[in-house]
Amino acid sequence: MATFIAIVLSAVLTNNFITAKTYGICPFLGVSKKTSSAAGMGVAVTVVMVLATLVTYPIYTYVMVPLNFEFLEIIFFIFIIASLVQMLEVIIRKISPTLYNAMGVYLPLITTNCAVLGVTELVIGDMSAILGEGVAMNMGWAVLYALFAGLGFTLVMIIMSGMREKLNCYKMPKALSGFPISMVTACFICMAFAVFGYIV
Amino acid sequence: MNKYKRITLDGLIFQNPTFMLVLGTCPTLGLISSAFSSMGMGLTVLVILTLSNIIISALRKVIPNAVRIPCYIVVIATLVTFARMFLDKFVPELYESLGGFLALIVVNCIILGRAEAFANKHTVAESAVDGIANGLGFTLALTLMGVICEFFGKGSVFGLQIMEFKIGMLATPAGAFLIYGLCIAVFVYVIDAVERARRVKANKLARENLLKEGA
Repeated sequence: MATFIAIVLSAVLTNNFITAKTYGICPFLGVSKKTSSAAGMGVAVTVVMVLATLVTYPIYTYVMVPLNFEFLEIIFFIFIIASLVQMLEVIIRKISPTLYNAMGVYLPLITTNCAVLGVTELVIGDMSAILGEGVAMNMGWAVLYALFAGLGFTLVMIIMSGMREKLNCYKMPKALSGFPISMVTACFICMAFAVFGYIV
Repeated sequence: MNKYKRITLDGLIFQNPTFMLVLGTCPTLGLISSAFSSMGMGLTVLVILTLSNIIISALRKVIPNAVRIPCYIVVIATLVTFARMFLDKFVPELYESLGGFLALIVVNCIILGRAEAFANKHTVAESAVDGIANGLGFTLALTLMGVICEFFGKGSVFGLQIMEFKIGMLATPAGAFLIYGLCIAVFVYVIDAVERARRVKANKLARENLLKEGA
């Protein structure tokens, strides 16, 4: 139970992918103009992160480590993620056109999202600081971490899109409009999330 | 204007990947709290980008159009694997400080973007120049912001302690966002001002010529 709470708090609040690790900044800045699209992107990223971890973690632990193939992890992982995203797109289009219309446009962008490759690389690395003493990493914790990291990503995306919708109502100097002011806004979100690190 | 000069200027200033196109933001924001690691990241990307541009442009007639993105990703992932082994063996302190971002060079938009936008339409020599120019633009931007962040955030430059005073916030991701945003704003403002000054000067010259002809 303690490990569960530690993973949830760490993945969503203290070590949030956007505000603490700065993974997945491209969709964070690119797709956060409207709350609906930000939420869609967040959910799509969460689904792909969970599925990617579900596939790469067992392949790494049960196939690549026994065969001494660890050095090929980047090539393997990026290929698995790319084909997974492609497959997911085909399946969603076949099963539910409504869901495809809501989520499908974001799927091709996810292949080149650092958050997905980042989480698959993180869970095969050293996670003892989050899991606590004497708890070994396994498939369940890995998928749980991916799920809550994705939810934390969605949370920050939605907060950011709300702030950006508000920002559209104000006039600002030409040089500041667009990316610069979004980054200054993101700075304040990061500071707010950094405070969680002092509480936990 | 010379073709190569234009490619170089585009990569360095007018299409600078960091400030003008805002690509490759994840490693930028994650590493600019230290000048050493941001410069190391820039140089690693410079080498990988140049090599991937050369390879992809040499293979541009062989790669079928429908599966070009997976092909590019394989080329880039192989280069990143080599870079990772090389840094692990010969520059372990840089390998440590880059951490997870070294593997994430695979999904760096600059490299895939240059492959898609430039290398698959141009000759090997042009692609190599483009890779070096864009890589240098990225490296210079990262080093500049790394020096600013480290100077104000930790009071040091390249690990050399200079002053006691520091604003700790600037060495965190929050500070990285702030410095990056302000740097883009200043860069865009300066380029705009230079362009405007050039236009005003050209207009003035044209008017004087007209008046002279009239007289």
